[in-house]
Amino acid sequence: MSRIDTTFAKLKQQQRKALIPFITAGDPSQPLTVPLMHGLVSAGADVLELGVPFSDPMADGPVIQRASERALKNGMSLRGVLGMVAEFRKQDTTTPVVLMGYGNPIEAMGWEVFAQRCAEVGVDGVLTVDFPPEESHDAFEHLQRHNIAPIFLLAPTTNEARIQQVAKLARGYVYYVSLKGVTGSGSIDLSAIEDKLPQLRKHIKLPIGVGFGIRDAATAKAVAKLCDGVVVGSRIVQEVENSTEQNVVANVATLVKELRQAIDQA
Amino acid sequence: MYNYPDNTGHFGQFGGTYMAETLIPAVEELTAQYLRFKDDPEFKAELAYELKHYVGRPSPIYHAKRLSESLGGAQIYLKREDLNHTGAHKINSAMGQALLAKRMGKKRVIAETGAGMHGVATATVAARFGMECVVYMGAEDIQRQAPNVFRMKLLGATVVPVESGSKTLKDACNEAIRDWVTNVESTFYIFGTAAGPHPYPMMVRDFQSVIGNEARVQMPEMIGRQPDAVIACVGGGSNAIGLFYPYIEVPNVQIIGVEAGGYGIVSGKHAAPLTANAKVGVLHGNKVNLMQDENGQIIETHSISAGLDYPGVGPEHCLLKDIGRAQYVAADDNEAIAAFDALCRFEGIIPALESSHALAHAIKIAPTLAKDKVLLVNLSGRGDKDMNTVARIKGITL
Repeated sequence: MSRIDTTFAKLKQQQRKALIPFITAGDPSQPLTVPLMHGLVSAGADVLELGVPFSDPMADGPVIQRASERALKNGMSLRGVLGMVAEFRKQDTTTPVVLMGYGNPIEAMGWEVFAQRCAEVGVDGVLTVDFPPEESHDAFEHLQRHNIAPIFLLAPTTNEARIQQVAKLARGYVYYVSLKGVTGSGSIDLSAIEDKLPQLRKHIKLPIGVGFGIRDAATAKAVAKLCDGVVVGSRIVQEVENSTEQNVVANVATLVKELRQAIDQA
Repeated sequence: MYNYPDNTGHFGQFGGTYMAETLIPAVEELTAQYLRFKDDPEFKAELAYELKHYVGRPSPIYHAKRLSESLGGAQIYLKREDLNHTGAHKINSAMGQALLAKRMGKKRVIAETGAGMHGVATATVAARFGMECVVYMGAEDIQRQAPNVFRMKLLGATVVPVESGSKTLKDACNEAIRDWVTNVESTFYIFGTAAGPHPYPMMVRDFQSVIGNEARVQMPEMIGRQPDAVIACVGGGSNAIGLFYPYIEVPNVQIIGVEAGGYGIVSGKHAAPLTANAKVGVLHGNKVNLMQDENGQIIETHSISAGLDYPGVGPEHCLLKDIGRAQYVAADDNEAIAAFDALCRFEGIIPALESSHALAHAIKIAPTLAKDKVLLVNLSGRGDKDMNTVARIKGITL
């Protein structure tokens, strides 16, 4: 069983929901990324989403855009991100790591080389925001060959036929984008999520994580009641932005602990 | 027979629909609606009426005799898209898309713009049909193209400066996509060029093909035959594909796209992905030749012309290069300025800096060709918007 499947199975047994934080690799600096990853796990994260910075993050709001810019300025590359996962795995062999970003850096490396490297360093899943199922066939052949889970997004606008299509291709978990908008924007509409989930559950047998617009413990708790995992991105990246290199690991851990407690009360 | 894109929006290996999930249903709906209306007699009649009475089509073809004589070789003819309402070819597609938006019940339109011509065209059709209009424009381009910013505001549009990245066209595009993700149900994205996710490369090409379709009728009327070459500037490539597409299967007509050479191809500071054989990559919804570094990050481009200052290019141009039907070359900033000056002085026509690139290549090759050869250059826009840029280059304060 893969790390992602094992993690969700264990959580299910414990009747707990997954906390899935997102950080951008290389932000605020390259040496701090691996300590941040360990800090997230110690604070209660179940799965880590590690952002691969891209020059043109079209689906991201200003907070993650700025994180990408900082990371690229720090010399972060896809190659570098893979190296960080290898470093992380020296101490942590159980927490799933999902790379999240845009397709072009992977296209530039080549999908086969990328998938092979992912398997070598211990990446568990890959989410490419701008590669919908229609354009993913070649890419995901390579990922599947190396047992890397393709993680797909579903949105409020996704219709039934597309949900079925994603249900066939997805592995690991499915990420439901809870609002129409970029990351970090708007406020979440809980009743809309509640209405949509039965339609998703009808076809998707994998765990469903919900993200976009979750900015505090109360919202995390409310969302956790509805799904299998809560993804928090911009709020954590904002904490990174507002911290110094000295206190960033501690500040992020404090925030994640709050989220953890709230989710466990759900 | 040439028949692209396929029904999934691919031009060979290029094109496609590389978009975030939230927008996929929107582009699918757009494709369905476009295919439903494009051959609808009522839609076609309305578009034809607007193009004739509002845009001022057909645009004439003009024989640039004095310019040709000065070069001593091939005859240069100009397809005068600069004479359209709003001063460029962009209105052809903006009008088509606005009529489609109207049928789809969208009351809000958005656009990205580089030089501002597409923004002006979109603001114009939005005013014409009473739609709310928001235009995204890179902060650097707002500086370069101040008169167009004012025009858009006069037309009732909101112009949003984009401060991220290189603050030019690609960043305006990112921001427009972000708006669309957020307002997908109320909003029609009037895309400016023949690129982006399917159906845009096809739809924009089809609307712009009025240029080449007219030329195919006009040239035989003027000279008794088709030209030896058709030449157009290529940023995203909408004016070029509009001229080229109807000529793809016309034998013995050479097709030449002219990209922005900036400070020169060897300098790396240019916007000429095809000329420089840029690696294939994915940006803004489609797979195309793309200026990028070895890590797949998009690199900043340079061109004197804001409208060509873009790291990618439409997928159909990538295909036309791949199959050898079209040739792509570059004209650098200096060559474009020289061509700009030449057209002003010899013909009394002030061209857009974008179009000046196409003209620069015609000026380069005309002397090497016999006097009975004919080059048809797409004069895609007029140069009024470029007064500040040209004055600055010449060291003049307006």
